[in-house]
Amino acid sequence: MNDQPGTHPYIPNSAPASRQAMLDAVGVKSVDELFEAIPASLKLGRPLNLPDPILSERDLKRTLEAILSRNTPATSVISFLGGGCWPHDIPAVCDEINSRAEFLTAYGGDTYADLGKHQAIFEFQSMIGELVGMEMVSAPVYDWSAAMTSALMMAARITGRRKTLITGTLPGDRRSNIDLTAGEWIDPEYLAFDQATGLMNLDDLRQKIKDDVASVYVEVPSYLGGIESDVAQIAEIAHAAGALLVVGVDAISLGVLAAPADYGADIVVGEGQALGVHMMYSGGLFGFIASRDEPRFVAEYPYLMVSIAPTRNGEGWGFGWSSMERTSYDLRENAPDYTGTTQWLWGITAAVYLSLLGPVGMREVGEGILQRSAYAMCRLGELPGVQAPVFDRAHFKEFVVNFDATGKTVAEINQALRARDIFGGHDLSRDFPQLGQSALYCVTEAHSKADIDQLVSTLEEVLA
Amino acid sequence: MTRVRNFHAAQWDEPLILELGSPGERGYIPPAVESGIQDVVGPAEELVPAAMRRQAPPQLPEISQPGVLRHYLRLSQMTMGCHITPDASLGTCTMKYSPQINEHLARSPQMSDLHPLQDDETTQGMLEIIYGLEQMLCEISGMSAFTFQPAGGSQAIFANACIIRAYHEDRGEGDLRDEIISTAFSHPIDCAAPAVAGFKVITLMPGPHGYPELDALKAAISPRTAGLMMTNPEDTGIFNPYVEEFTRLVHEAGGLCAYDQANANGILGITRARENGFDLCQFNLHKTFSVPHGSTGGSCGAGGCTEELAKYLPSPKVEFDGERYYWDYDRPDSIGKIRSFHGNLQAVLRSYAWILAHGSEGLRQVAETAVLNNNYLQQLIQQIPGVSIGYDAPGRRLQEVRYSWEPLLEETGVSSEDVRRRMVDFGLQGYFTSHHPMLIPEPFTLEPSESWSRSDLEEYGRVLGHIDSEARDDPEFVQSSPHRASITRIHEDALDTPEQWAMTWRGWKRKYGDVATPNA
Repeated sequence: MNDQPGTHPYIPNSAPASRQAMLDAVGVKSVDELFEAIPASLKLGRPLNLPDPILSERDLKRTLEAILSRNTPATSVISFLGGGCWPHDIPAVCDEINSRAEFLTAYGGDTYADLGKHQAIFEFQSMIGELVGMEMVSAPVYDWSAAMTSALMMAARITGRRKTLITGTLPGDRRSNIDLTAGEWIDPEYLAFDQATGLMNLDDLRQKIKDDVASVYVEVPSYLGGIESDVAQIAEIAHAAGALLVVGVDAISLGVLAAPADYGADIVVGEGQALGVHMMYSGGLFGFIASRDEPRFVAEYPYLMVSIAPTRNGEGWGFGWSSMERTSYDLRENAPDYTGTTQWLWGITAAVYLSLLGPVGMREVGEGILQRSAYAMCRLGELPGVQAPVFDRAHFKEFVVNFDATGKTVAEINQALRARDIFGGHDLSRDFPQLGQSALYCVTEAHSKADIDQLVSTLEEVLA
Repeated sequence: MTRVRNFHAAQWDEPLILELGSPGERGYIPPAVESGIQDVVGPAEELVPAAMRRQAPPQLPEISQPGVLRHYLRLSQMTMGCHITPDASLGTCTMKYSPQINEHLARSPQMSDLHPLQDDETTQGMLEIIYGLEQMLCEISGMSAFTFQPAGGSQAIFANACIIRAYHEDRGEGDLRDEIISTAFSHPIDCAAPAVAGFKVITLMPGPHGYPELDALKAAISPRTAGLMMTNPEDTGIFNPYVEEFTRLVHEAGGLCAYDQANANGILGITRARENGFDLCQFNLHKTFSVPHGSTGGSCGAGGCTEELAKYLPSPKVEFDGERYYWDYDRPDSIGKIRSFHGNLQAVLRSYAWILAHGSEGLRQVAETAVLNNNYLQQLIQQIPGVSIGYDAPGRRLQEVRYSWEPLLEETGVSSEDVRRRMVDFGLQGYFTSHHPMLIPEPFTLEPSESWSRSDLEEYGRVLGHIDSEARDDPEFVQSSPHRASITRIHEDALDTPEQWAMTWRGWKRKYGDVATPNA
């Protein structure tokens, strides 16, 4: 190109003198000679048709800020949206650590250059292990969906069976992920859920479970917020048929809810976004997989795992990727599942969050969520025509509110709420049409009593 | 600087966080539950069924806020991000500068505190950015549509394999067309993803010039061919000049062609997926498009395709009706969901800003400088006596080169892994060796992106040359490295031995006794 652009602040060797010296050193007259390996017929031969560059940082900032100003952050209103991505309070230390250039801009570096990254991930694995009661924990996975699907595929390989019995309250996103990823490997069958309690229908489970079932998958809390009364019973039924029990959890519940290992889980998966990570329009999601430390389980993990290892001089320890031969990096066309760049920065953040909260903080945050959501259910249930909660059982963080008797749709109600700076619960009428005009409301420790009271009084006004 | 750097890494000798603090310490107090709530609902414990209550508290650290902050800052100091070192080491990963302004924008509440189920009217800004980046990537690739739902390159490549599967199923050829062809120097995921999607995979081996010969492809093509999934330039930095023939032959046989453009840094504005004959492609936004790698994510594999295949892309997808942007969920032919909700859109925002800061000329400047940097570094590296470069490829390597320390190993007994550990002693990231299969002996793969200066590259070459000399003078010194890193050499075998590995602190305690780790 003759019309060379100027020096770009991101590109040191765009300075003309450096560029020329380097062209001379490699022995070419023009930079075009460097691209001779690409056949002329494949060369574009024209400039890309892109917006004019914005070289000034001030102008770039103004341009982007003007566009972003058309977004309304959920934190600038009162939002009751959850459904797998939740508004929690984020300790400032979490943001400080995941902004650190060292963590932010590291990648697949090794044991020695990236000791801190590996140790932080080992600590993440360790603390998830404490929450779920397991010794084997993967490095961060893409999200709950991916962790769940991979775990169900693992169970199929471990048992040599295909049929997989899955909770009937699974959301559409996770159902679709199973169909897409595991379609070649497992046969999913969905269990009924009790219409009164929203919990797994154990009669249906007993009827469907046979010796061809690889695993039973249950979520605690369920997508609809319900806490199963006794998962140990589900574990017994699964184990009696030689099937594994796979349990999905919302990690922030585990300061108050039992460790899945204690009620018979064989593999635990879950979502960690609640542990100190912003929602980011869903970019904050990340998952994990945990199990006992048994070779037949470990051999089936598709994801990276960081192990601790002693130093040769016996004076310290280090960390490194463990047993890479399990992964698609080594297996290539023999891989039964795959991995790649996942969500490690959020795993490091979760380690910070769990360290800050500790056992007491995790109990308190869980209790606060239980009590606030119970209060919201109670107050909403007092409104005429509103049924809250729809399911007569214990809930954690989320619950279903039905508006059928108000004569209004959730869409209409949410539009009216939005005009009053409230984001109402997620409309369930598409994913769960059997629930009529129902919405999934999410209440966390970030909501104050005043927030909930304002929802109630505004709804009263909107429904009048 | 004309010498090697007298560096020493931070060596904090830092215990695990689980071993720090004291009983009763804490780092954060959750908001108190108002008495007006307590009075209505009663104690929290009674809100949980008895069988589901937590019995013993989790054994998490009990440590103050400054204690937590200090611990993780110390760990950060023992981590070599590419804002700290000019990382030409991680070849195939395109380590480059992630502009700080984009970080500020991505962390604004207008991005970071959006909920994925908010009404579209309240997210018009982000939807405009998503739609805008799609238009930009369509121009850069020649494709007609993009998805940003995949959270990384592997997810995007898996989605592409699923689209190939759906395409043939729709044509009634799903059972017949069950083979995907890939190449040995493509990323392993180009074989693994189609395998997980149910395909048999045929891997073409490189010919004398480093890329597979046309005859090998012809022999692999059959009525069972569903598609071709490959990178170009491959891991070696060699551009397969017959790619147009490859895609033509696969199309003639009825297959689709997916271009793994994880790393497109050397060809931005030079050549495009469409003109190369591909129906599908993906860009890893954390590689070519400047999103920080985040210690291994989260980022985005942006998946692109032709107009014909756009209906298969994951759902939902952003559309624009001329006045407003919206998520379109009504896409009956879509392959479905690869990730919950929408993907890592904080990455999309950063790439959008990065492209805006470059424009057409700037992107070409990126590719030209990346290739010039690579050729310049190659000039320096190939003068090192212990290094060789395999394959007699026509033309120059593009953005990276896979080198070999085979001569050094033969002459001194020092391996590529030994050099990799030693270079950390000079403040450089340990380099990437090779993906499997390791066809090149004692491999190392360097990719000096456009972000590193001439003097950065000269320092880099000087360090490797210095280690080559050390290997000749005192091989054991290199073999026993690192000596100035945050830790000394570990027992690597322990990582892979079931009796010795431990992925958690509780696993460590069981296997090594209930004693503190050595540093505690």
